[in-house]
Amino acid sequence: MTPEEEAEFKRRQRSRNLVVGGILLFLAILFYVITIARM
Amino acid sequence: MAPDSMAQTVPTQLPAEWRDFFALTKPRVMSLVIFTGLCGLLAAPGSIHPVLGFTAILCIALGAGGAAALNQWWEADIDAGMKRTAARPLPAGRMNRTDARDFGILISAASVMIMGLGVNWLAAAILALSIFYYAVIYTIWLKPRTPQNIVIGGGAGAFPPLIGWVAVTGDITLMPVLLFLIIFMWTPPHFWALALFVKTDYANVGIPMMPVVRGETSTRRQILAYSVLLVPIAAAPWFIGGTAYVYGIASLALTLAFLALSLPVAFRQTGENDTMKPEKRLFAFSIIYLFALFAALVVDRVLANQGWI
Repeated sequence: MTPEEEAEFKRRQRSRNLVVGGILLFLAILFYVITIARM
Repeated sequence: MAPDSMAQTVPTQLPAEWRDFFALTKPRVMSLVIFTGLCGLLAAPGSIHPVLGFTAILCIALGAGGAAALNQWWEADIDAGMKRTAARPLPAGRMNRTDARDFGILISAASVMIMGLGVNWLAAAILALSIFYYAVIYTIWLKPRTPQNIVIGGGAGAFPPLIGWVAVTGDITLMPVLLFLIIFMWTPPHFWALALFVKTDYANVGIPMMPVVRGETSTRRQILAYSVLLVPIAAAPWFIGGTAYVYGIASLALTLAFLALSLPVAFRQTGENDTMKPEKRLFAFSIIYLFALFAALVVDRVLANQGWI
């Protein structure tokens, strides 16, 4: 892998990790509010 | 055409962009799915907690996205041969096939589980059936085998209002079944209008679409037949007393306009370099038609709930 490719690899990995983190956070909040709504 | 037996697309060294995963869910198609699902949910008698209503729509969208990802995983090589689909993440070589398959399975399973645990299990079961219907019955089984693929496959797109309705009521009655039937009858003229002007694409990749297998004349007549059938079916929710006159008048006006646009398509012969204007017009109107019809259903319900009609 060239340095440019490695930089691109890391950029993609970082952006994917951010999106996955955001989704997990969203799901945690969603399950919390579903629990309250169903009580 | 199992993926293992087909030539691999260009291998990717870099991990796929998150945008490509999003593109796998066919966001434009999903907007119609979300809209009809939301209309089913809003038109249903009774009420649902807003959080649970939001969850139901989210699950319908996730399920549709998962089914779309599985569709693209299976059809990557077919998509590569068609101009309309060649830029999708898999045929363009921006993603590995197994990633697309795993992503599709993951979000499909998540949508069914969340629907079941958060909303109700009948809605979850219908959602699971709709994903299976689209990904397996339509994509894998029927689409490559029969020119009736789109007729039976149309059922897959017809599930969202039924699921939205069941999310509220928890049971299946005649009204949500009629909403299902409306989309079921709408799909063939909608899709065949498109297939008429992208016929060469389907012929090139060996998909037995009606215009390719039975010819244009037969397809045009069948577009008309389904458009005629759509008139009583779209008005049926009014006839059975499930809606008031606002929906009834809107459905008659919209479906008669749909029928009027299908008439020139039905009795036309095309020549060389035909611009296919009537077909393109019918296709464009068919999308507006479905949005407007379901919007009328919700407006009717809101006005009835307010006691104004």
